[in-house]
Amino acid sequence: MDYLLRRLATFPLVLLGVSILVFVAIRMVPGDSITAMLGTEAGLLTPAQRDSLAAYFGIDQPWFIQYWRWVGGILHGNFGISVTYGRPVLDVILERFPLTLELALLSMVIALAVGMPAGIYAATHNEKPSDLGVRIVAMIGQSTPSFVLGLLIIYTLSAGFGVLPAMGEFAPLWQDPLRNLSQLILPAITLGFAFAASVTRIARSAMLDVLSDDYVRTARSKGASARSVIWRHALPNALIPVVTLSGIEFGYLLGGAVIVEQIYALPGLGRMVLDAILQRDYALVQGSVLFIAFNFMIVNLLVDLAYVALDPRIRLGEQ
Amino acid sequence: MVHLTRRLLSGITLGAMLGIATVSTQAATLHMAWSQDATGLDPHKQTAFSSLRLLELIYEPLVRVDASLQIIPAIASSWEFSKDGKELTFKLDPKAKFQDGTAVTSADVKASFERILDEKTGAAARANFLSIASIDTPDAATVVFHLSQPDVPILTAMSDVNAAIVPATEIKAGSIGTKAVGSGPFKLDKWDPNAKEVLSANKDWAGGATGVDGIEISVLPDEAAILAAMRTKQIDFALLNDPLVATLVPKEPTLQLNRVPVLAYHVLQLNPSRKPMTELKVRQAISCAIDRQEVLDTASLGEGKVTGPLTIPARATDPTQLFCYKRDVEKAKKLMAEAGFADGFSATVIGATGEPPTAAAEAQVIQSQLAEIGVKLDIKMMELNVYVDAWLKGDFDMAIALNGGRADPYTMYNRYWTKAGNLQKVSNYIDDTLDSQMQQGRAETDPAKRKAIFAAFEKHLAEMSPWIWLYTSYSYTAQQKNIAGFVPTPTGTLFSLSKVTIQQ
Repeated sequence: MDYLLRRLATFPLVLLGVSILVFVAIRMVPGDSITAMLGTEAGLLTPAQRDSLAAYFGIDQPWFIQYWRWVGGILHGNFGISVTYGRPVLDVILERFPLTLELALLSMVIALAVGMPAGIYAATHNEKPSDLGVRIVAMIGQSTPSFVLGLLIIYTLSAGFGVLPAMGEFAPLWQDPLRNLSQLILPAITLGFAFAASVTRIARSAMLDVLSDDYVRTARSKGASARSVIWRHALPNALIPVVTLSGIEFGYLLGGAVIVEQIYALPGLGRMVLDAILQRDYALVQGSVLFIAFNFMIVNLLVDLAYVALDPRIRLGEQ
Repeated sequence: MVHLTRRLLSGITLGAMLGIATVSTQAATLHMAWSQDATGLDPHKQTAFSSLRLLELIYEPLVRVDASLQIIPAIASSWEFSKDGKELTFKLDPKAKFQDGTAVTSADVKASFERILDEKTGAAARANFLSIASIDTPDAATVVFHLSQPDVPILTAMSDVNAAIVPATEIKAGSIGTKAVGSGPFKLDKWDPNAKEVLSANKDWAGGATGVDGIEISVLPDEAAILAAMRTKQIDFALLNDPLVATLVPKEPTLQLNRVPVLAYHVLQLNPSRKPMTELKVRQAISCAIDRQEVLDTASLGEGKVTGPLTIPARATDPTQLFCYKRDVEKAKKLMAEAGFADGFSATVIGATGEPPTAAAEAQVIQSQLAEIGVKLDIKMMELNVYVDAWLKGDFDMAIALNGGRADPYTMYNRYWTKAGNLQKVSNYIDDTLDSQMQQGRAETDPAKRKAIFAAFEKHLAEMSPWIWLYTSYSYTAQQKNIAGFVPTPTGTLFSLSKVTIQQ
């Protein structure tokens, strides 16, 4: 409990650091909301026109005042207004987040459902041709960029079979679960493929390590069946690196899968942040990055707590 | 046959498994896609290509240009210049109505132009209307613009959606940009930025009934995915930017590619304020060393046309008549030697990543061509906004650019090549001859004399070579073959979607 409270107490500090970083970084990039809106036509503006637009976008004040106003707003639950959407930043983020969360969860389910059995199978058939086969497939999975796989799937389905999930308007899970699943399954496979490859490799090597441990040998010598040795004795301990990897990957996915969202035209968090950066929608970029950082910290915390559940020897927070 | 049946069955099975719709087209709604979405709804402030294309369907200017770039009526049914060219009178179409049901009156026209001219608005097109001294509204259907100087191109500038007429009441309410109330063929029912727009037909439109009940625009950021969605008939009509994708469209039996040369031009901008581009002979040498056709063929798969400065079909000179449009490396070397740069020099060329999609390839071809006369080019590709920032400051040796064209040469080039041009800082080049030719072109009302003036302007500009004009590309739209009535134009407008029909 103490550990949990201490971890939670660090959150504001980390978020403060992230807020400063993102605020400064986005303003260090040349160009501003005015050039993002007008492009080269911004050169036709008179100084008075430019000042007026700067006031409209809220970039007419010195940086520290802008920052102070932003942070002050957040403390009152106001993340600012997105100039692109003309709506509160938090509303826009929360509208996009369910899709990103669903996509991340689906990808993780696919990755674990494929990667874990494959990794265990490879470990138990170490150095046999089947192990080599699994390793080759995993290597291909890890080294295939998601945009290649995504486009390949889209091309094969549309050119080969004349079918494709409905693109453009996204159906939320609670409105139309079937249509929602049909829209998310291919992106989830695209993301899950590489993710599954990583899980396979980590699960295989963790399992190999554990299988050579003394306690596994003891279990075997006591006459435990091969199945029992693997599932009861070895697997729980081999899970720790898999949980670490999955946690990190899941945390990344909660930040949005930009490329996959682009290819499949999914209105997720990643595409929203990319568009916000390109359009210099400062409030939206800042709010989203804070939100993503917060999610990442929560996932990390959950991963740490999962260690305790998996391995009773681990006591969190002990020196 | 067995193979075909099996393939069909597997397709249907797969489709059923995924809950996939094979045909989604509804009879009267046009399903459209583009890769870049509109960035805002204020017609006076938006300049992004997609924003203009969307707003042209919702708002109307006083006049518009047709496919041959002739001025035709929009909100105004007629117009007339006074003999001295300092007074422009419009008669408004009595049938013109805003989408809230109120009539479009002269008061709305006056309020719209006053909004554009107000510096607080930040209207991009303000620079084109500075000659407006005052606006009179003798009655609800008549508007008189009093000009401080003869300004013939102002009529063409008024055809732009950046000069759209908006309701005076909405201006007063401060809701322009948050609420779209125009007098155009479609009403905006929904806009989910970077995802979707839903438009429905404006039954009160003065232009008559539209051919479809509505348009649903989906933002599909990847153009290969747009093509895939068209193959499966999810999308009826799409805007394409990438020539690589566009050239694949004719290979699909159910799809049709529309392409038309546009007014925008690909150009290598030199910075004549930086050494050694300050030297006329160096600039001319660069012009002579570049094989424009090769740049076009390599970077854009030959999809376009080599051009001089004027891209308006009725005004353009045959490029072969312009200075050094036939590559001449020997002449280029000689010019370099005469300028004292026989050994060449090094320079940096900037370009925007993906804007246009051919930018990097153009820079690479030019790099290899200029290497032959000893010019070592370092290519620096940047994110679009970073590029725009450097471009506006004139902070480059050379820049690969795709600059927008206009239906009138004065409006198109006034910004760069007159002494008072707003983008003088970008062109970094002052030339008395060019300035005086532009002023003559602005005041001249005789079309034949105007044509001669701008022909001389184009010839002189190509010879002075502050920039090296390369080529104009095509504007691409792809459509299902059952869509009828779309007319592509050099301005890229999608206005004719107001009359397209979906054949069953």
